[in-house]
Amino acid sequence: MSEHPLLDQQFPEWVQADARPGYGGWLVQAAHLNDVARWLRDQAGYDYLSSVTAVDYFPEDRMEVVYHLYRSTGGSALVLKVVTGREQAQVPSLTPLYPGAEFQEREVWDLLGVRFVGHPDLRRILLWEGFAGHPLRKDWREPFFEEEVKPFKSRWPEGHVRRAEDGNPYGDNLQYPPDFDPDSWQPQGEDALYAKFQRRADEGIHTDTMIVNLGPQHPSTHGVFRMVVQLEGETIVDLKPVMGYLHRNHEKIGERNTFLQNMPFTDRLDYTTSMANNFGYALAVEKLMGIQPPERAEYLRVMMAELTRIMTHLFSIGFLLNDLGAFFTPSLYAIQERELILDIFEAVSGSRMMCNYFRFGGVVRDLPEGVLEKVKELVLERLPRKIDEMDAYLTKNEIVRGRCEGVGVLTDAQAIALSASGPVLRASGVPYDVRRADPYSIYERFDFDVAVRYHGDIYDRYLLRLDEARQSLRILQQVLRDLPEGPVMNGKPQHLVRVPAGEAYGRVESPKGELGFYVVSNGKPNPLRYHVRAPSFINLTSLATMARGEKIADVVAVLGSIDIVLGEVDR
Amino acid sequence: MNDSADALNTPRYDIPPELQQQVHLTTLERIYNWSRANSTWPMMFGLACCAIEMIATAAGRYDFSRFGMEVMRASPRQSDVMIVSGTVTKKMVPQIVRLYNQMSEPKYVIAMGACASGGGPFKEGYSVVAGVDKFLPVDVYIPGCPPTPQALLHGLMTLQRKISQEKLGEMRWYAKQPSEPIPVPLLGPDLIDPRKLPLIRKQAAHTGAEEEADE
Amino acid sequence: MNGWGIVRGMWVTFRHFADTYLEDIRRGRRRYRTAEGIEQRRRSDVRGIVTVQYPEEKLPVPEEFRYLPFLVYDEGPNGEQNLRCTACGICAKACPPQCIWIVRGSDPVTGKPITAPAEFSIDIDICMNCGFCAEYCPFDAIKMDHDYEIASVNRTQQHIFNKQRLMRPASYYASIRPTNAAREEAARSAKASKKPAAEGSTN
Repeated sequence: MSEHPLLDQQFPEWVQADARPGYGGWLVQAAHLNDVARWLRDQAGYDYLSSVTAVDYFPEDRMEVVYHLYRSTGGSALVLKVVTGREQAQVPSLTPLYPGAEFQEREVWDLLGVRFVGHPDLRRILLWEGFAGHPLRKDWREPFFEEEVKPFKSRWPEGHVRRAEDGNPYGDNLQYPPDFDPDSWQPQGEDALYAKFQRRADEGIHTDTMIVNLGPQHPSTHGVFRMVVQLEGETIVDLKPVMGYLHRNHEKIGERNTFLQNMPFTDRLDYTTSMANNFGYALAVEKLMGIQPPERAEYLRVMMAELTRIMTHLFSIGFLLNDLGAFFTPSLYAIQERELILDIFEAVSGSRMMCNYFRFGGVVRDLPEGVLEKVKELVLERLPRKIDEMDAYLTKNEIVRGRCEGVGVLTDAQAIALSASGPVLRASGVPYDVRRADPYSIYERFDFDVAVRYHGDIYDRYLLRLDEARQSLRILQQVLRDLPEGPVMNGKPQHLVRVPAGEAYGRVESPKGELGFYVVSNGKPNPLRYHVRAPSFINLTSLATMARGEKIADVVAVLGSIDIVLGEVDR
Repeated sequence: MNDSADALNTPRYDIPPELQQQVHLTTLERIYNWSRANSTWPMMFGLACCAIEMIATAAGRYDFSRFGMEVMRASPRQSDVMIVSGTVTKKMVPQIVRLYNQMSEPKYVIAMGACASGGGPFKEGYSVVAGVDKFLPVDVYIPGCPPTPQALLHGLMTLQRKISQEKLGEMRWYAKQPSEPIPVPLLGPDLIDPRKLPLIRKQAAHTGAEEEADE
Repeated sequence: MNGWGIVRGMWVTFRHFADTYLEDIRRGRRRYRTAEGIEQRRRSDVRGIVTVQYPEEKLPVPEEFRYLPFLVYDEGPNGEQNLRCTACGICAKACPPQCIWIVRGSDPVTGKPITAPAEFSIDIDICMNCGFCAEYCPFDAIKMDHDYEIASVNRTQQHIFNKQRLMRPASYYASIRPTNAAREEAARSAKASKKPAAEGSTN
């Protein structure tokens, strides 16, 4: 693993190091961002643009767009930053170089109002066209605004109950711009979306394509997700995902919260993998605080994260089969195993799904009595058997193979360019697993293989999940063998933690892919910026590539094989 | 289950003991409500985290087919109860209202979890509807974040009890006039509920007057 | 493509189907409606039916299970209810969605603040069941309840829990969380016995 290149020597006029205390990476002049990025991609091997976000430094007139780049062969992140003013904020788009930036740049435009020049399709993504303002800007206030940061002063000592609705002129979570006149207002509708589909040139026999909307209420979309599909007969010509139907303002709320208060909110990102979400956030904040959890806590963290992975992979296989039309039987078998793992989570953390188990510097409590035996029974006896059973049940099934093999193909080059991660990336033949490529926690100690498959179709993504579940069992067996005694928390539990100023990016290999938390602190009890690099969201960038040329019935299976969870897509 | 069966078999006439297992006396209302309460088909419609718990409730361990609810319908036309399972956002609420309008009567709404009941932990957010009851008439609220499957089952049983106590003469869907659909909200600078238009106009005039006064 | 894979798969389903009956025959009547049966159905060697027939059977929740918070009071000898809460406000500050509202009590004569809440409300339509209030309470005064059967038909009247609604006796707390209650009790009595000793040494 080679060191990062010194960009300020390579491009002395364009790049300078970010020397603020607690910060790292390189400040690049906006006009030369494309040149620097092209050099990094083509000459230095940084072919994977993982995360794009922006930070608003209000009241300074300063907006920073932050890029995290990796080599797809492994190693830590190279961070680029581009500074722009807040009014007329604009930077050149990296989408032509890294197509994986497309949705992330749209998100930054939507929530922070940074215009990306040269972006092919810069529309709002999580909110709707016509929404007033860019909500993640620090001077934008929501209708139920109470105070800039929590804890709110109205709760104690004079905490007279007052519903937020009572303070709003409309008695609801609503606000309109002062010049809004409902009678002359025209809804903007979705013309901008439909205009992006290429219409057939009007020559020869006139056959037009057809546009079909799947969702947001559709049994196959795994929640409230919508696909706008352009069809030629039954064949997909183009596809545009529409999301934001579950946009719950995670980041805005996260910037009002104190650092610890965000922990239970991360549970609700990808609500099937709450332990992994806790893990990523704890890592990011621990990096800022410069603390390490004790040994036993590290092992417990890995144990919970790997149990989550097995549970989620089985669950997603079950639902992929649902999408293929094997109605419910495989998913019922998967949920049966999931319930047994959830029993462990419930006993350990108190809740089946919203575990809220990790704390900065450890975990909340040790395993209660009897739980370790249950984990042992599951890991050593039941789960290996059940994964084999799932394998015997489905893998050789001719219908499954007929529907999945060679469908929804994503090549390795496409997967990297589109910033796919997790099973989607590895099923396309790229052995990139954050646990190996940039090891965190104690993963270096364990002996396991990075599962990889090479065809990049639905079938390989299915097989890869089975492989990974088996590898997780291997890790769990080693955890159970080596689990040390000792404390599970460093220091006294505190609800207000002291986090030094600076930035940190904590990433873990969540079952869906690379889950990253980008946290900026200014030394106050609340984060200045709190951004989630959501794997489900970014994996969707490759949905259109996979679906083009397939039949309409297959797009459901393609979506099922990406395995999205809307809580994370829309946040 | 049991109490609805008991409710079915409490006639005003004494049944001789030898006939008690063979003869059932009931009223039309009771048997009608009993059959409805035990075959409420939910709409296959998941919003957020609670939907996963709803799936778990439908699956092996909790299995709500024991209550006649296993037939999850993807079409609103065929379903009786809408389980609003998760956070209702401003972008989604027009679709939810439209789905509710499309459901055939009698229809019920369960607000599952804190978010659907009153906005939940995300209430303070800018694009979250503070409770689905701002738009739809909710019959049962289930607190919890998320409600465990057993809590959801308890909520479903609460709905069954509510159904079995309904009077045919009083139910709004048997009134002479057709019931009015709920106006579908629009997406503007913020969510625009047509029912709130007078209030929005008044507020706009109010702020306009203030600005003039400032000048 | 000879269909052999499908047949093999169907064999798995058939085994599941057969197990349902074999297991019922093997375990007999003890399998249903007994605590032992419920426990057996959630063990890792379970085969056959796993359904727990709520409401006749209820799956026992683990000790750490958390649903909504409640306030613990100690019962005095004359039936008085002494809330442990001192209105210090830590739970209200730690609460992520800020759903706890506390009015600190004041002395009726002097008007000075006292260490007891005059009002204590929790909006359960906002509460996210995270358990931070219970975790960071220094007085073991607020704890997470196990009661999940609280579906209602009216939220505006019933979903803001006031102090009266939130109060539960310490004996109830000890019954749902025996290990935690015993540990906290021991810590408190150790602290109490330490205090006079420390005072004695300074004299």
